[in-house]
Amino acid sequence: MSCRKDLAGQLAAAHERLGGARGKQYWRSLDELAETPAFMALVHNEFPSQASIWPDTLSRRKFLSLMAASLALGGIGGCSVKPAPTVNIVPYVKPPREIEPGEPLFFATSLTHAGSAVGVLVESHMGRPTKIEGNPDHPASRGATDVFGQAAILSLYDPDRSQTVAHLGQTRTWEDAEAALREALARQRDKRGRGLRILSETVVSPTLAAQRDELLAAFPDAHWHVYEPVNRDSMYTASDWAFGRQVDTHYDFTQADVVLALDADFMMSLPGHLRYVDDFLSRRRLRQHGGNAAKATMNRLYAVEPGVSCTGAKADHRLALRAGQIESFARAVATACGIESGGSVIGGSAAGNEKWLEAVAADLQAHRGRSLVLAGDRQPPAVHLLAHAINDRLGNVGKTVHYTDAWDAGRTERTASLKELAEALDRGDVELLVILGGNPVYNAPVDLALTEKMQKVPLRVHFGPYDDETARQCHWHLPEAHFLEAWSDARAYDGTQSIVQPLIEPLYQGRSAHELLTLLAGAEPTPGYETVRRRWRREATTEQAADFEAFWESVLHDGLLADSAQPRRSVTLADNWQRHLGAGKTTAEPAATELELVFEPDPTIYDGSYANNGWLQECPKPLTKLTWDNAAIMSPSTAEQLGLAHGGYAHGGEHGGYHMPVVELRLNSRSVRAPVWIMPGHAERSITVHLGHGRQQAGRVGGADGHTVGFNAYLLRTSEQPWFAPGLELVPTGETYLLAGTQQHHLMENRELVRSATLGEFRDHPDFAAEPERKQREEQTQRGSLAIATLYEGFNYEAPKHKWGMAIDLSACIGCNACVVACQAENNIPVVGKEQVAAGREMHWIRIDRYSTGTAEKPEEFYFQPVPCMHCENAPCEYVCPVEATVHSSEGLNDMVYNRCVGTRFCSNNCPYKVRRFNFFHYADYHTPTLRLQYNPDVTVRSRGVMEKCSYCVQRIRHASINADTEGRPIADGEILTACQAACPATAISFGDINDKASQVHAWKGQPLNYSLLADVNTLPRTTYLAAVRNPNGKLSEE
Amino acid sequence: MPQIFPPAMNIISKVTLFGSFVLAAFILWVCLILVRSSYGTGTGVVHVQPVPFSHEHHVGVLGIDCRYCHTSVEYSSFAGLPPTKTCMNCHSQIWVGSNMLEPVRESYRTNRSLRWQRVYSLPGFTYFDHSIHVHKGIGCSTCHGQIDQMPLTFQVPSLLMEWCLECHRNPERKVRPREEVFNMKYKPPANQLELGRKLVKEYDIDDPATITSCSVCHR
Repeated sequence: MSCRKDLAGQLAAAHERLGGARGKQYWRSLDELAETPAFMALVHNEFPSQASIWPDTLSRRKFLSLMAASLALGGIGGCSVKPAPTVNIVPYVKPPREIEPGEPLFFATSLTHAGSAVGVLVESHMGRPTKIEGNPDHPASRGATDVFGQAAILSLYDPDRSQTVAHLGQTRTWEDAEAALREALARQRDKRGRGLRILSETVVSPTLAAQRDELLAAFPDAHWHVYEPVNRDSMYTASDWAFGRQVDTHYDFTQADVVLALDADFMMSLPGHLRYVDDFLSRRRLRQHGGNAAKATMNRLYAVEPGVSCTGAKADHRLALRAGQIESFARAVATACGIESGGSVIGGSAAGNEKWLEAVAADLQAHRGRSLVLAGDRQPPAVHLLAHAINDRLGNVGKTVHYTDAWDAGRTERTASLKELAEALDRGDVELLVILGGNPVYNAPVDLALTEKMQKVPLRVHFGPYDDETARQCHWHLPEAHFLEAWSDARAYDGTQSIVQPLIEPLYQGRSAHELLTLLAGAEPTPGYETVRRRWRREATTEQAADFEAFWESVLHDGLLADSAQPRRSVTLADNWQRHLGAGKTTAEPAATELELVFEPDPTIYDGSYANNGWLQECPKPLTKLTWDNAAIMSPSTAEQLGLAHGGYAHGGEHGGYHMPVVELRLNSRSVRAPVWIMPGHAERSITVHLGHGRQQAGRVGGADGHTVGFNAYLLRTSEQPWFAPGLELVPTGETYLLAGTQQHHLMENRELVRSATLGEFRDHPDFAAEPERKQREEQTQRGSLAIATLYEGFNYEAPKHKWGMAIDLSACIGCNACVVACQAENNIPVVGKEQVAAGREMHWIRIDRYSTGTAEKPEEFYFQPVPCMHCENAPCEYVCPVEATVHSSEGLNDMVYNRCVGTRFCSNNCPYKVRRFNFFHYADYHTPTLRLQYNPDVTVRSRGVMEKCSYCVQRIRHASINADTEGRPIADGEILTACQAACPATAISFGDINDKASQVHAWKGQPLNYSLLADVNTLPRTTYLAAVRNPNGKLSEE
Repeated sequence: MPQIFPPAMNIISKVTLFGSFVLAAFILWVCLILVRSSYGTGTGVVHVQPVPFSHEHHVGVLGIDCRYCHTSVEYSSFAGLPPTKTCMNCHSQIWVGSNMLEPVRESYRTNRSLRWQRVYSLPGFTYFDHSIHVHKGIGCSTCHGQIDQMPLTFQVPSLLMEWCLECHRNPERKVRPREEVFNMKYKPPANQLELGRKLVKEYDIDDPATITSCSVCHR
């Protein structure tokens, strides 16, 4: 009851505050919005946690005695003047052709995620892959990567990857496994494979598909099942209904003026999303209009969704509807567009949105052939069908929407396939089950009871990268090689054939799926390389085959086969498509009072397969900013109705520990316990849970031996309702749970940090972003005070010196976190763990702040603001360092000298942007042999007691300037890409020499939208922002 | 009340007071000397190598160019240590029976690398780049000394930061014409400062403020 009162109080305070506020009010959290006294007290407590948090229960007395002893020992130890012990240099015996010691090499390969490939370039230092970048030539990447691509390098070196073949938990050799498999297969051969079942994840490799077909030819009665928890079943079912064949839908955002996303997070999760982000933003980049604001144009995005996704956050208009209401909304849009869809009004519970619907439908119809409607994979087939029909009616097909044949057509139904397998298992038909990747024991729909049914199989073999939950249920576990250790090929989202080439010999005993399939087919063991190459030779055209070596070399060099995308196919909507909208095939509108549970793949650890990746676990989720956990995410008013509220803060306002109430989620007589998280903007009476947490056997990071990270939402997920289900019961337990988030960290008081305008406002006042500073200058002039006054001697940055600077476009940033993880990989940033994040000690050099406007129940806009070190010209941190550990470089970089730092943390306290990070403990891993291999050799690995922060990737600056200097030429613009900039799919970051008048960053900073963060404190930051501009529909924005 | 301290205490206290300062300064001085001594810096220390390779013989007597073995010195941060293959280019023909060279032949036979001891060892937070120094006219002998006269290789300079800064603050004192970089016999001319200033300009060597910025060497 008191909780309810608290929240009601908070909201009332928020209302009051907003009522009195002038202009647009930005806020980052509910408490900041409400300015609750407790919260403000904690914010003003400057050192809430630093002096009081111990990693264990060490008493003060014990600490002091230990401290004295270590000080004495340290003094003696420090007396040694002997230099570090000599080290070995180990040259090659016969040097490989390309390697030049000390210089990294880049190899093109492809990374498979969510059933499609993204081309990447992998940096290799003397045979040791250290960093992944996007492949600019690859259509699915265009040089960008996502968090999964960036973090894949850490998985390669994961010490918890399975290292040997195991039989019933005992270490065995591949020879033993081969013998056991041969024997079992020999029996199957006599039965034409009747008892053989293979379960794999989506087959992305054409070579593997060919091997599969060969295997099924050898065992005609065997079955190959495909299952992945995050799948596109709905899309393929709808495509069957609509066109009578399985097609993939592709979107051309460059041609779309108006986009309606129906629960479709195309910026983060659709295959090809990196490309889609670039295409979508190509129509919104005001910076490319130069100074001509009057001519600026933008596309417009409408998003309808239950939870807040990055796509929804970037939308010009976002409507929060429960997942189960989206179908009726789609029907209403279809009806408004003149399609007979059997539903003309939005359901009762969504009433009040008629105006929204009208405006969207009118906008879509006003842009025939230049509009686009997308349906998300989470939505049932009917929504996809309606999207096809609307696009068809609006004449978008062939313009903004294209269709291609699904390249592995006929094998696209995941859940149905797994169901078949479960039935066969139950009948006892299966004698040999080979699980080829994936973790079905953990993530299969719970109603299939796969684990129990599996027990009837006399021989179960699991092939995968980890000794995971599924491996524990199988007789044999065979280790799978990482994609950087094995040869393969893969198809991109558009079908482009991409090559997967290894950069390192397998660290452990892993083998590739190709090698296993050769074994299953009964052939002699063949290296994966031979298998892949053989298929490419077989498929080569006569022209390519004429000089196959040259062709193969060129494919390896580029990482892909140019122009190998699936050809476009023109399809026509079946005449009777509407019959699929009939009863039984559609979702019933949930009753207004019913709670709905919505499943979502986790934005950082996806379906759970990345659970043991520390970078991803600690990466804050884009909207909730939670780390190391999932939660039952709900809107503030739903929480209020249920009597739940934000609990107390664990360690102080600036820091991210929250004690949240724990509830029991009950659905169809199954239940899990989950902490609550309140997310403004979430649909009412709807609760989102992220999949992928609660792993039992992930590893030391993701959960093992009784310790888990988060709760397992798969325990509520059934094959009938894989994505959302009404009828959820929520029972408060009275317990609380500590959640670690980063949203409240480094609170920036009440200043205009994010600036934004509508397109109309921008056209009228192009320099709105610089307005506050202009006013301030005017006031200062009137008062006669100097605008810029400093006691310190200035620096000279005139050309020919370089003046490094960065500009970040807030219109572009989608908050995807790729920069955060890229920075972590490039700069050897350690993982600190949940307890430390809760104490506000995360180490990310770049953070992404999320801002909202509007009220807590109905936030209107969301903004993302990446904040790295500003590299101030008048840097407050430099003046307070007693040991000159942070100093100014002649090029204006704010250098951090780790070996001078004695850890006073004065600099961090004096930093107005709160971008400095301190190694409170020995976070860096110096000891795990594999993890040491991952470190970037060009960046120092920091020890305990040292401050660190963004360096503008100074190692890349030095590398480029030395290269340019030795070649006797100036550094070209774009030659230096900081890690964050290189990874960004939205091209939101520009870096370069401001003194170079032709540079991109100079052009960006010359934009009227350019503004500095906290310019009034006269720090003269080198990192500036381009204010965000949105393009709302005039009919909707006027109230 | 009787005196607690005898009169002699006046002297003792003065001596103690001033003596403690002197002692502290002495200890500090000893430390600073120790740090700069060859014991502290490793200067002049010969390491035990798998093969007693003589630069004197190969460079001084035979006149082999530095870049024959240190191939990447002009293009990479690391000058490169020759692979066994490079040794065997000659030693598969000459001195084939030498016992001294057995480790080299063994390495070639067994495909196992020779494990050399590093002579010039910089701390992990210092990033030195050979290529830029070579391109800006800093000769090999400037840092490596008369290596052509060393039967066994040892470190010549202290490699302390003050030694680096000596040149980074006054590059004109050390810079030489590019074509003389690999010349072991090169002696700076009498007008070094004049020539140096000219070369600093010609080779576009950044001003001391830039090349003494911390992040030039520390990242």
